[in-house]
Amino acid sequence: MTTSVAAPAFRPRPQVCRACGALHEPAPIAVCEQCLGPLDPVFDAARVTPTRDAIAARPWSLWRYREWLPFDGEPLLSLDTGGTPLVEAPRLAALLGVAHVWVKNDAVSHPSLSFKDRVVATAINAAAAFGLDTIGCASTGNLANAVAAQAARAGLKAWIFVPEDLETAKIVGTGVYGARLVRVRGHYDDVNRLCAQVADLFGWGIVNVNLRGYYGEGSKTMAFEIAEQLGWRLPTAVVAPMAGGSLVTKLRKGFREFSAAGLVTGGAPRIFGAQAAGCAPIVRLVRENADAVTPVIPQTIARSIAIGNPADGLFAKRAILESGGWAAAVSDAELVAGIRLLAEAVGIFTETAGGVTVAAALALAGEDRFAADDDVVLCITGNGLKTVDAVAPVLRASPVIAPRVAEVRALVKDGS
Amino acid sequence: MSVTLQLPAVLAKLADGRRTLEARGATLGDVVADVATRFPGLAPRLRDTAGQPYPFVTFYVNDDDARLQGGFAATVRDGDEIIVVPAIAGG
Repeated sequence: MTTSVAAPAFRPRPQVCRACGALHEPAPIAVCEQCLGPLDPVFDAARVTPTRDAIAARPWSLWRYREWLPFDGEPLLSLDTGGTPLVEAPRLAALLGVAHVWVKNDAVSHPSLSFKDRVVATAINAAAAFGLDTIGCASTGNLANAVAAQAARAGLKAWIFVPEDLETAKIVGTGVYGARLVRVRGHYDDVNRLCAQVADLFGWGIVNVNLRGYYGEGSKTMAFEIAEQLGWRLPTAVVAPMAGGSLVTKLRKGFREFSAAGLVTGGAPRIFGAQAAGCAPIVRLVRENADAVTPVIPQTIARSIAIGNPADGLFAKRAILESGGWAAAVSDAELVAGIRLLAEAVGIFTETAGGVTVAAALALAGEDRFAADDDVVLCITGNGLKTVDAVAPVLRASPVIAPRVAEVRALVKDGS
Repeated sequence: MSVTLQLPAVLAKLADGRRTLEARGATLGDVVADVATRFPGLAPRLRDTAGQPYPFVTFYVNDDDARLQGGFAATVRDGDEIIVVPAIAGG
């Protein structure tokens, strides 16, 4: 006679207030009922965590690290997100004057070509567990794509709110999945405020509002993958773009959790944040060690990270400075050059935010923020095919010729 | 000056369950003080002990972030709508 053991029911973890410590039962809420501070999931300290070998034997997706994600039991949705390449970039290492550079390439993330697939994979499982039939987001584009794609596959309804001036590729890359796409007059911060009200009134799971605690933890899987792909070793420095500021905090948290679990060698990496100069409130916080975010009106082509009122700005500043890192802002011209450099030196076509990351790494190297023996990881979070207008005007012209060898020979001779 | 203050659900519980309040004042700080006097349970959620706004709570005056208009010193006019939003979203 055999005995079958049922898998434990999938259930989001409780949450605790980051500001006052109040405990909250699992629910689609993201603010503390006591003080309105942000909520973070609480993990069971006594849980059994897997060994390196056990993790390595699992499918190559972000769920191979599920013991560090905010759920009990087995997830049901978006099981194949994560597992993006870590690409060594020796020519960038030479430019930065460091030992090694790797590019964590979430530009090829499944299913929607940005790192936002990670956070939606965790948020959508929370939404389903809470019995929500509609999810949504406030987005600068990449999150819109990720929510629309994963909601479609899961059979959930999606309401997506974006600034009206978003790039065409991101509009099309959302609407194609059948999502209800709403363009809001104003900047992202206006959209964000509207979505906070929508989440409050309509009972939907707005992934980066009332599911934010479960959403944000998905970002840690980028850190876990980097560590595993480096041979269970931590890099010495990581450069990442900053919008709301969450990613840099979650990268630091992820590296620390793997260190605490005894899975990796090496000290905690220095975390470096990158923003466009036309929207750099977190860079300002870091460089001035200020105590409060000063909101700005974004003026940059890097729309995917153009958040003038970053909710996690202070936490990002703390994560960066405590790690021994720093932050840099770059101009739109520099970010376009960064896109081209990554394409020409590494063969990866990133969007504007990735250009910001590459250009900021160069700027930080110019400020002697890296050492010659540094192992640096650049976090590339989005795909260049979504923002082709940023680089199209500056690329070499493509000559049109007749189908004759003589014309090719003339071009070769010309060398242009 | 009479203005409207829109509260999120988590704060409406502290205002007799009302999500919309009428309030008076010439500045945002005056309006918050007016509401705090009438709903003492709400007071410590809207401002700290020094009378300043919290980093986690954002006020909007007619859809514009009050921090860009002087914070609690922002001028309000008759008929303005003030929205209170926990600053948790983004990204």
